[in-house]
Amino acid sequence: MEGEAAAAKPKGRLCVICNQKRAALKRPKTLEQICRECFYAVFEEEIHRVIVDNQLFKPSERVAIGASGGKDSTVLAYVLSELNRRHNYGLDLFLLSVDEGITGYRDDSLETVKRNEIQYGLPLKVVSYKELYGWTMDEIVKLIGMKNNCTFCGVFRRQALDRGAALLKVDKLVTGHNADDIAETVLLNILRGDIARLSRCTSITTGEDGPIPRCKPFKYTYEKEIVMYAYFKKLDYFSTECIYSPNAYRGFAREFIKDLERIRPRAILDIIKSGEDFRISTSTKMPEQGNCERCGYISSQKWCKACVLLEGLNRGLPKLGIGRTRGANHETSKSIKQRNGTTDSIQSKQCGSLDF
Amino acid sequence: MSCNSQNCCQSGCYKDTILDDREEVSLALTNAPNEMPFNSVSAGSGRNHPENSVLCVKCKLNESMASTSAEYNTDSDISRFCGNCFRSNLYGKFRLAVSSNALISPSDNVLVAFSGGTSSRVALQFVHEMQLKALKNFEASRDRSLPVFGVGVVFIDERSSLAVPTLEFDKAIEDMKLIVSNIAPPAKKLHVVPTEDIFPLDSIDGRERFKELVDAVHDDTGREDLVKYLRMLSLQKVAQDYGYSKIVLGTCTSRIACHVLEATVKGQGYSLAADIQYVDARWKIPVILPLRDCLSQELNILCNLDSLKTIDAFKGHHSGINALITSFVKLLQAENPSRESTIFRTAGKLTPFRFNRMPEADDLNSKLATQRRQKKYNLKPNESLPPESFCRICNAPLKLSDVKSCNLENGTLSAEVIRDKCCMSCQFQVLPKDTSVLEQFFSLFPQQMEVQTEYNSSSEERLQTLR
Repeated sequence: MEGEAAAAKPKGRLCVICNQKRAALKRPKTLEQICRECFYAVFEEEIHRVIVDNQLFKPSERVAIGASGGKDSTVLAYVLSELNRRHNYGLDLFLLSVDEGITGYRDDSLETVKRNEIQYGLPLKVVSYKELYGWTMDEIVKLIGMKNNCTFCGVFRRQALDRGAALLKVDKLVTGHNADDIAETVLLNILRGDIARLSRCTSITTGEDGPIPRCKPFKYTYEKEIVMYAYFKKLDYFSTECIYSPNAYRGFAREFIKDLERIRPRAILDIIKSGEDFRISTSTKMPEQGNCERCGYISSQKWCKACVLLEGLNRGLPKLGIGRTRGANHETSKSIKQRNGTTDSIQSKQCGSLDF
Repeated sequence: MSCNSQNCCQSGCYKDTILDDREEVSLALTNAPNEMPFNSVSAGSGRNHPENSVLCVKCKLNESMASTSAEYNTDSDISRFCGNCFRSNLYGKFRLAVSSNALISPSDNVLVAFSGGTSSRVALQFVHEMQLKALKNFEASRDRSLPVFGVGVVFIDERSSLAVPTLEFDKAIEDMKLIVSNIAPPAKKLHVVPTEDIFPLDSIDGRERFKELVDAVHDDTGREDLVKYLRMLSLQKVAQDYGYSKIVLGTCTSRIACHVLEATVKGQGYSLAADIQYVDARWKIPVILPLRDCLSQELNILCNLDSLKTIDAFKGHHSGINALITSFVKLLQAENPSRESTIFRTAGKLTPFRFNRMPEADDLNSKLATQRRQKKYNLKPNESLPPESFCRICNAPLKLSDVKSCNLENGTLSAEVIRDKCCMSCQFQVLPKDTSVLEQFFSLFPQQMEVQTEYNSSSEERLQTLR
């Protein structure tokens, strides 16, 4: 309906915000015709509001930006350093990258991050799977093949980011998860029946009880707008999908969200709102958090998942830790489903981005 | 599976032999007949059937539906039953829902909302079967203390908002009358009520007003949803006018799965839990969903199996977001046949509202009589919750933080104030953006809407004072 209204206006229309310059784009979130400068302004202002309203940072905090070299994290690094300067957040910003050791993918994207380091003047720290775990993803894939390799990568990345953040002695870690990602996660958790994750997947800050909390300043920022921003600002980012993520096709849920956005752009925000509003009883029991007996990382089991996987790799039993090999694991039934390939096909966020 | 070897089972392990038999047959291992036990009657009969014949998992006597008809040969568990076991299993789900949540009590007069589709057709059939059973018990009992609940049927005639030719419509209504008259005894009254009846009688042309109201909504999805809300008002009105005490909807698991996604996508996450319980007593006449645990696939099969006549003329055509979600769920279901149930179960874990249980009956007599029968599970009272306020349009409970506090000036409500009393979703997809048109829009709304929202607060209070 807003689309019709916009189309009815004559060509060469003016920006609906400043009413001075010619509109250069249709804002994906609101379908308003606005000029470039106004787009930058509203885009940055919205993120600023999110940061202020949710009190994401305190002055003089050290903050690491999880940087993959992709569009989300590049825009995040750019906008955050910009806002930090403009609004005097007083933050010490760092770039934190994980080198999974994927030739032809991560080495190239790391070059992008290294250029960003110079462009934005943010110190960069790279932690690699090789130095943390003794394995690169290339070696892991050589051993276990293309199936399940994302399990290793995902588990290792989560921990690698935390370890990198600890090395940088930062107080917080921010990631480039955008509104589309979160809406998708809400849907996937409904489709999977995962009520515990459903209840926490929309919170803007997670892991507040852990050593390094993580937050998502792009929680309400549309992917399309991020791409647009990066494009207009000519930001230097890397846009190839991981070579080991065979289902580079974006799964059902992702496509569904894109379809929804086409009919009603607001739907993405509505899904997030629903996710926040769901009446989930807080008495749902949460796994007790302890520490891994081997590496000391937070874990609900005796050993953390990364150590289990690593043990499997080192002993030449790579299937260890995947699926239902460890009986005591409460996620057994879920893993079985995953093995049937059902969950795989509805999953979509391609690997290689900073996912956790 | 202890009896794989040839002669070990003379008798006594009936179950095992048949299980083995079934498995072997299903694995197409029938060409090794000497492996099969030969002293079991059913195993013997199983061998005479075509190669792919499989016995019913429940009674282990008859062939399963998968083997009798290719039509039912699906991946799901349903097809592993024989026709009779399937029927009793499905009816069992209905009966369990009714008995464990005290949905229908002997003193009730229930109104079944019949759309012509398979779900409401089965709801009608099951309610009828239950009534028949109650009648038999009544006649057989000595003291006849438990009356038999009454059943009526209602069809909401939506021709003012549907593009169905009048001729076809009239024929469909004739068919409907035939269906209802065939579900007897006990005889059931069919009410065919046009949607515009929600407007007071003195209004000039209800149908025009209805059209104007619906056409004022620009969003396709919003319009469809508004018609749905108005349909519920129609049902409430019929039930009140003719003295019914419960409204039965044929809402099934599959429909709920779609509704869960629809509500999520429309930002109605807070109120979602209200819509998907067995009981929805936020209305003056409580609404019950006894088919909540049945899949639409099962309901379709039952209609097929028992040749229950349905009417396709009014089959709803979704548009906008609702259509997108319907096709999305279909896609998911094709990829994994249990997906609908999973979605349903996820949403089932959300905390229901206070009004999602049967209000206690005021009448002491009926209470005593009915209490003898009713088992009540899942009725956890939670008194600490503050009373809800409800959306003026869709009657969804509102989240307190979303309700803008507004003080009544001069006791009259301006259009803007009423808008603030609507849920965010209705504000976006139903109400006109233009505040000048807003007044007009609210004036078109059926008067009942006001009354009914007023009622809600009072009924909540009444509930509280009762305890």
